[in-house]
Amino acid sequence: MILSRILEEKLGSLYRAGGRIVGGVYLGRGQEAFSAAAGNNLRYGKDVYGPLIRDQAGRIAYGEPLLDTLRTYLGVVTGPMRGRDGNIHRGRPKDGYMAMISHLGSLLSVVAGALFARRLRGTLEDSVGATSIGDGGTSTGAFHEGLNMAAVEKLPLVVSIANNQFAYSTPTTRQYACEDLVDRAIGYGVEGYSVDGTDLLACVATFRTAFARARAGHGPQLVVGRLLRLGGHGEHDDASYIPDSAKHKHEARDCIEVAKKQALEFNWATEADFRTWEEEARRDVDAAQAIASKEPTPDPYRETWHALSTSELVEGQHG
Amino acid sequence: MSITYLEAIREAQYEALRTDPNVFLYGQDISTFGGAFKATKNLSREFPGRVFDSPISEDAMIGMAVGAAVEGARPIIEMQFADFSSVGFNQIVNQAATLYWRTSTPCPITIRMPSGGTPGSGPFHSQSMESIYAHYPGIVILTPATVEDAYWMLLESVKLNDPVIFCEHKFLYYHLKSEGFGESLPIGKARIARPGRDATVVTYSAMLHEALKSAEELQMDGYQVEVVDLRSVKPMDTDTILASVSRTGRLLAVGEAFPWGGVTSEIIARVSSEAFHMLDAPPMRLNSKDTPIPYHPNLWKSHRPTTSSITAALRDLLRY
Repeated sequence: MILSRILEEKLGSLYRAGGRIVGGVYLGRGQEAFSAAAGNNLRYGKDVYGPLIRDQAGRIAYGEPLLDTLRTYLGVVTGPMRGRDGNIHRGRPKDGYMAMISHLGSLLSVVAGALFARRLRGTLEDSVGATSIGDGGTSTGAFHEGLNMAAVEKLPLVVSIANNQFAYSTPTTRQYACEDLVDRAIGYGVEGYSVDGTDLLACVATFRTAFARARAGHGPQLVVGRLLRLGGHGEHDDASYIPDSAKHKHEARDCIEVAKKQALEFNWATEADFRTWEEEARRDVDAAQAIASKEPTPDPYRETWHALSTSELVEGQHG
Repeated sequence: MSITYLEAIREAQYEALRTDPNVFLYGQDISTFGGAFKATKNLSREFPGRVFDSPISEDAMIGMAVGAAVEGARPIIEMQFADFSSVGFNQIVNQAATLYWRTSTPCPITIRMPSGGTPGSGPFHSQSMESIYAHYPGIVILTPATVEDAYWMLLESVKLNDPVIFCEHKFLYYHLKSEGFGESLPIGKARIARPGRDATVVTYSAMLHEALKSAEELQMDGYQVEVVDLRSVKPMDTDTILASVSRTGRLLAVGEAFPWGGVTSEIIARVSSEAFHMLDAPPMRLNSKDTPIPYHPNLWKSHRPTTSSITAALRDLLRY
């Protein structure tokens, strides 16, 4: 969580400074506890993960190296996307780490498909899949089709919904008409959980149960976290549409502050520990940035411009 | 032993399932029922646990295939009708087609699309979607017109490490028969289906047979019309088209899809820009009419190109 927050602060400052970050910057501020608690249950290279826009914390918990993030945001060729795609779209599908597309909901069925194939090939074992979405994304047909299909196929898939109350600028009242998004679960025949997304301990406990149930063969699990996005949709957005009343509600608590208070209260850590962790995180982020900044950007003259892996079927340019 | 185009598709799937344990079939009603057109008849019995009825979820079906392909499986997805693939459009053009480019991860999926019209099918069970998908980079679009091609090209699709839109034509399912699977050209190569010297018709899928009949008719008037079967609309075998036009000097491109943009306009554009000097007449094209596809057979027969409309167009072209 701390590493994610510090990494994202760096990305935000690089964006504001201009110049190096090629595209937009989309941060998960306020969602770290919910995202990390999910990612923490996943084993890199063993489980399937299809994170979404505000899952930097989950990606770190899953085991993605910092360099993958910085290299992708900076668009350098050494990153997993080699300058061909950017920021939060990154992934390494061959490792079970799916690369999102911008069309919301569409990752659900992709993660489900990976699990389906593993079961078919006899390699599923105790592996599990996880993906996330926001309150806005639950309105898409792809979300409904994907969740329904995963339920029909009884796949070990954990779907997190970060209900952060605004889809870009649109409030939940314009997004869904049911009482609570967790009510969706029963309609699909999946198990549903509702959790305070600002409370790390609650998130950890809930996801632990959900992942254990999925691994044990109980089919898809739907976890809804109540929280507030503590920033704009992206760094270009000042979020002026979020009313003050929302900022004073329980959901607007900063999950990192809450977690810190919990840790100090239970004597799990001291103020000094937190200072050490923050310093370490800053050092790691700076080191990764220093490496990525020196690496080469893509060269259009060296690009293959092949969209097919079967190179003999790639057509020349016809004018 | 006479084999239909539909049986060839079924046999190719049988062979793919038999030879590669990573192949599986996913689609609506394809399991015990054997599919709306029976293209998967008995396959679930012969390969238990590898042929699945899917929910009516074209988006999820394609997304699922992409995830499965990443894991090393080679899914064959049946769209009950090509028309319904519009619901899975996003997953095809944004997920499957971009995967290799973005992540260097090949995406070996085959999407079977029962395409084109039959009498009485109407606007939602008759469409030809090849032009739509061909517009997007990262997809191979195959349009077999013969029993042999239906068999071999489907088998090759499954082996290909890229997403394939396999446009099989419903009208050919039962109408077309062959004595065996014979041989086939590699994917991406067009075939001279009938040699000639006076004009070239470039076409594909069911229109090939209309064009061949038309060439037959015109032979009685002393014209030798060359007919090129594209077989694969993407990649498009431009060299074979240009070589044919260089022999005949005249071009008619025929397709069953809607007229605006698309495969026929692509053929004309390539020939016009690369072989303008070889043309003795303005290149022509013939497509279906620019309306949704009609229900009544009387209307349907006039909506799409037919032997007689192709012959009429060719007469205009030859007279120029």
